[in-house]
Amino acid sequence: MENILVIVHTEADGALAKPALEALAAGRNISGTFAVGIIGADTQKAANQIAGCGAAKFLTVTGAEFAQPRYASDAAAAEAVAKAAGAGIIIVPHTSRWGRVAAGIAARLGGRADTHATGIANAGDKITITRWYYRQRMEAQMSRAQRPWLIALDPGCVAPLAAAAGTATTTPVTVALPSLRTQVTGVKAPEASQQTIRPDAKLLFVAGAGWTKKQPDGATHVPEAAELILGFLNASKASLGSSKSLVDLSGEGQAVLPFMSHLNQIGQTGSTPRHPKGLSTCCHGEEPHTVGWRFINERRAISLDPNCGWARGKADVLYVADAFAVMRKINEILK
Amino acid sequence: MSIAYQIVVCGSLVPDPLQTLEPVAAPTGPSLKNEMMLPAVLDPWAGHALFEATHLAKNNPGSKVYLVSLAPKAKLQQVMMTVAQKAPFELLAIDGPASGFTEAADVAAALADAIKTIPGLDLSKLLVFGGWESASRGAGATMQLVGEKLGITDQFQGVDQLTVAADGSFEILERIEGGKHQVSKCAGAPAVLGWATGNLPEPPNNPQVGMANMRTIMPALQKAKPSKIGAEGVAFASVALPKQQRQTRIVKDMSADDIANEIIAWIQQ
Repeated sequence: MENILVIVHTEADGALAKPALEALAAGRNISGTFAVGIIGADTQKAANQIAGCGAAKFLTVTGAEFAQPRYASDAAAAEAVAKAAGAGIIIVPHTSRWGRVAAGIAARLGGRADTHATGIANAGDKITITRWYYRQRMEAQMSRAQRPWLIALDPGCVAPLAAAAGTATTTPVTVALPSLRTQVTGVKAPEASQQTIRPDAKLLFVAGAGWTKKQPDGATHVPEAAELILGFLNASKASLGSSKSLVDLSGEGQAVLPFMSHLNQIGQTGSTPRHPKGLSTCCHGEEPHTVGWRFINERRAISLDPNCGWARGKADVLYVADAFAVMRKINEILK
Repeated sequence: MSIAYQIVVCGSLVPDPLQTLEPVAAPTGPSLKNEMMLPAVLDPWAGHALFEATHLAKNNPGSKVYLVSLAPKAKLQQVMMTVAQKAPFELLAIDGPASGFTEAADVAAALADAIKTIPGLDLSKLLVFGGWESASRGAGATMQLVGEKLGITDQFQGVDQLTVAADGSFEILERIEGGKHQVSKCAGAPAVLGWATGNLPEPPNNPQVGMANMRTIMPALQKAKPSKIGAEGVAFASVALPKQQRQTRIVKDMSADDIANEIIAWIQQ
């Protein structure tokens, strides 16, 4: 029988976000004693939000110092909560906040961490996780003998917890904070009109380097490409991904799409976002580049190359066509 | 006021991304088929960390860059022939597997031990750089563990920008959800920074830098101590390539209007 602890952090409004609810669902599905740790500026609202989740106890670390996503305070808080719970299995959502500290927490507890888990299975007394290696190119199922075992669960892999709200009884945990030399001063985001990354979008629109190459008239049409892509993103509310070759162009002194950055890159050194649908345009490449849409369920592509490695065998439908013409038409219809 | 930093970059090797990878079962756990034969490159994010480190060192006279690398000695030598031409650094080599299936805690312990051997190591000047994740294990764990071993609790992951102020404090931009950056202000060294792509392009090869580096790289490789790296306590039930070959419907000779209508209908389903 495992002693399971799920540690989550509150958002700015004091509530729990979807990745936290997913981690809670994963923790509750494992047979054993189930406890919840909540860290944040104000934790009661979050505890009340999941009062009916079946947790044996709600351990909380509360205070203004714990509002900031910061290694020193988050690691100290999670360490204290885990020690108070005496947990053998610790699950956290793999948000940027927990991703920053997951391994450090395990080290402080004398345990081990496995991050980017995409599934947690429980058969009898054995817990097995699924995670990817070599940038989503191979998938492993593994288990561990070491305890505590901290598992960071990638968002979007488990249905979020649906628990009745109520009034939860919480147990405050005291944390001995080290001297805090780091202060989070804010968040830098692109202007709203240039915000092209939307994790909750139903569609991922992938732009390839072809948008910046010479077109049949012998000239490049980068401003028009930018207008078409932004126009589509604004009309469809899709999220924008890019191939590495396109985001690398800026470093090579070539004409670039002004709203495109390395944050948009998917694949090898980029992200592997999860969206129900994906539409790739002007992309080319082979297997290493297609891992960027490993977790896209339905995929379509527009390319002039019918043998495109990005699309063939990887997309459900490949339209052999000029993406400029197709996207121009789509934007006209969506207006 | 300029600070002479000791910038330690942790980075290992990974198979060239264009290679086909196939997992095989070995007595010690999973590995890659013909792993020792696969062409290797410096881990891409560690590479970005190295370029940022040399840029920072250039702007802070007296700073020195160390590259601490755990990899099979022979392969490390091959990769250094290229990497050495990119940036000036001193290599600290550790002989051991560069496999993604090894334990991050073992790797971190070996790296931290190597860092502690740097003559005149001064925590008040120490910045530990590396990739925020590797292209092999992809866990984002090793840098945190190195920091814990060295007692450094100012850690940043997914770093895209480091700006050092005149008083030695610095501002860091870390990637967070939704294409945003978290902005933090840190009092100064020591700190651990796991880099994402940063802002610098890959520097061109410079044979003169390569020649200068090789004078210290070869002795470092000869002195590389073997390190016992494993995955004790981990049981892999399976490691497999995804079976995701799709039956692609290839649509030719359809007008842009018809394609547009079909795509919109699909999006709106």
